[in-house]
Amino acid sequence: MPYTHLDMLESRSIHILRESYSAFKNLCMLWSIGKDSTVLLCLARKAFYGHVPFPLVHIDTHYKIPEMIEYRDRLAMEWNLDMIYGENRDALEKKETFPDGRTTRIECCRRLKTEALTHTLAGDWTRMRLNHETGTYEPDENREPFTGVIVGVRADEEGSRSKERYFSPRDGRGDWDADDQPPEFWGQYKTDFAPGTHVRIHPLLDWTEVDIWEYIRREGVPVVSLYFNHGDGKRYRSLGCWPCTKPVDSDASTLDEIIEELKSGKFARVAERAGREQDREDGGGLEELRRGGYM
Amino acid sequence: MSATEKEHLSIVVAGHVDHGKSTVIGRLLADTGALPEGKLESIRELCRRTAKPFEYAFLLDALKDERAQGITIDTARCFFETKKRRCTVIDAPGHIEFLKNMISGASRADAALLVIDAAEGVCENSRRHGYMLEMLGISAIAVLVNKIDLVNYDRGTYEAICRDYSEFLASIGITPTAYIPVSAAQGDNIASHSERTPWYSGPDVLETLDLFPCGGSGEGLPLRIPVEDVYKFTGDGDTRRIVAGLCESGSLGAGEKVVFYPSGKTAVVKTLEEWFMDGNEDRAPTRFYAGKSCGFTTEEQIYVRRGEIACRAGETPPKTGRAFRASIFWLGKTPLVSGREYVVKACTAKTPCRITAIHSSLNAASLEKTAQPQSVGRHEIADCTFVCEREIAFDTDASLPATGRFVIVDGYEISGGGIITEALKTEEAGAYSSARLTKDERAKYMNQRPLTVGVPDEETGRLLERALFAEGRFAYYAPRLSDEQKNALLSAGLIVLTQGDGEVAAAGEEDIGEILIRSQNALELGEE
Repeated sequence: MPYTHLDMLESRSIHILRESYSAFKNLCMLWSIGKDSTVLLCLARKAFYGHVPFPLVHIDTHYKIPEMIEYRDRLAMEWNLDMIYGENRDALEKKETFPDGRTTRIECCRRLKTEALTHTLAGDWTRMRLNHETGTYEPDENREPFTGVIVGVRADEEGSRSKERYFSPRDGRGDWDADDQPPEFWGQYKTDFAPGTHVRIHPLLDWTEVDIWEYIRREGVPVVSLYFNHGDGKRYRSLGCWPCTKPVDSDASTLDEIIEELKSGKFARVAERAGREQDREDGGGLEELRRGGYM
Repeated sequence: MSATEKEHLSIVVAGHVDHGKSTVIGRLLADTGALPEGKLESIRELCRRTAKPFEYAFLLDALKDERAQGITIDTARCFFETKKRRCTVIDAPGHIEFLKNMISGASRADAALLVIDAAEGVCENSRRHGYMLEMLGISAIAVLVNKIDLVNYDRGTYEAICRDYSEFLASIGITPTAYIPVSAAQGDNIASHSERTPWYSGPDVLETLDLFPCGGSGEGLPLRIPVEDVYKFTGDGDTRRIVAGLCESGSLGAGEKVVFYPSGKTAVVKTLEEWFMDGNEDRAPTRFYAGKSCGFTTEEQIYVRRGEIACRAGETPPKTGRAFRASIFWLGKTPLVSGREYVVKACTAKTPCRITAIHSSLNAASLEKTAQPQSVGRHEIADCTFVCEREIAFDTDASLPATGRFVIVDGYEISGGGIITEALKTEEAGAYSSARLTKDERAKYMNQRPLTVGVPDEETGRLLERALFAEGRFAYYAPRLSDEQKNALLSAGLIVLTQGDGEVAAAGEEDIGEILIRSQNALELGEE
């Protein structure tokens, strides 16, 4: 076979992206600005020959590391992306957040991410859309709910994600029934769904953290510089909101060094999300959040 | 592929409940050094403290619990390495209730380990899982006769199970790579040959994993690229018209002549298309092979669409038609019945269909066969005749599995899968039209697609109803409708005007244009 493991992963993901594009009229892709969803975005450009024929949606918690937002807007302009962001204005105005000391970490995630996401997808909260002529965001007139939502989760990230299907139906409230999922085989996916429900699509399910970094290196995918050590012996392994994401101790300052560190170095047996505080706060936290619609 | 990169092999461990699947996985991880440091010792210690006998299966539970605390290994997807390969283990639940999960997991695997308890012998799900693996197209199978220590490493017991099970596997056309007597708990014949089974000279489990044939290249087979879409991003100033699809078998290069089935249209490939982020033209493909999500342009501007299969002129063509006979497995909550409308998805083709005959059904666990049953129950296997509303292209040759199978959609759910065994003439299969009217038949007759239109008030509703009528459309206005009433009117093929939400929101008579476009019968759109 002339193709490598990375080629086959790429091909399967492209197949899933193309199947989604054929099946869903109101399709969007979530872009968290992290390395996984940026690889996903590049796979979409590859699937559609340099174009991205659906909007990118980013949920802005206003606690993202500022460099991430600059990077988002720069690539959105450069790659001609149909860029949309959503936010929980109410919670932010009332300062009902963890950094303001008014809620727990998990509750903060639920309000700023899950709730904002659910309403942005449904279209009942304002969607801010990038105007490429002015380079600024304006309220979007289109309020139609998205029925297909492409998400960059990987099965190896943590327990609840390993139970995911490539196409995963959610009910009207975004709930996920992990125990009763439709069968999925032979590259045939759930593309028929009842009104009021939507489908989450996971083209990266089979990728591991190492696969992602090897692909970034092979294809020259631009990633936020926070992933690299800049001389202080620290780098981010996973990106989130600054109050809840800690950098890890690492001297890796190049892609080769990151890959080496993951394959046989100090992180070969330490989980990627070990720096995420909300995973630690309560035992089944992430699975709970996911049932409620969290990515 | 670089010389240092190990081949990837996905394996599924299947078998009856309690025959030791988790223990086998736990032992494979432990003996290949794939566990985090100190893990094994800490679980042994925990077992000592709680006075429980240590089991390798605990490893999986323990890993699950500790994942949140920062251990990478996943129970549903574990990784370990053999001499030649990097293996991913996919979880396949043994309980019958989770058969659809077993199928979802197993269909991603390249190979399977089927575990049978030496003391209990062949059980319900030993046979059912064997059957499902065969139908899913997984032929690389090894049988592990597990817990051989509990029968005192008795050769006779092992051989009796081999006889019993190989007879069954032979009946469904499977020849396993090996029958291995193992004790996952004691480690016999897993990573090394056991001295306690001197009568067994075959490979151990790790050696067997390296013996499995890996990733068939599909080379030498005829080209099959089911068309997913034809991309024209003209809005962005891109004038290419790219036929896109996943290459299931064979290979394709520029200048070669392709035939699209079922339409039979032909074209010469102008360019192979691939986009590279780094813009490096040295990476441009010279040929596409099986496994590649690819795309190409053609010299001639022909109209092809999703559902056709691109093949190479001069190679064996696929069969085309509306009727076929197939072996199917059913997963639906309600039984499969003849006469009722379902949808067949075969590669990228999608068409309404009916079953005109159920020739026989089989309980895959008890192997009990019923001739001419009324219906096919959940988890049963059956031999049926299908008649589709539209023509599709397919293969019946076992060397082309991907283009010879389909899934059955009931309502919104994928409820079964099938393998086409024979193409039939529509007359032999029973006329499709003798059965209930379909959506498409109605749409064709009424020359419109059903649609809901939200209107602000009765006046607008009545005006639009009249205007649509004048355009030759069938519309009906009702101020308020329950979901049930709305669905009944839509099933009757009508354009439903009602106050509230609709697929189209109409403010006044001027919105008739959008209603006409959206309710246009898709069959006439884009047809030459």
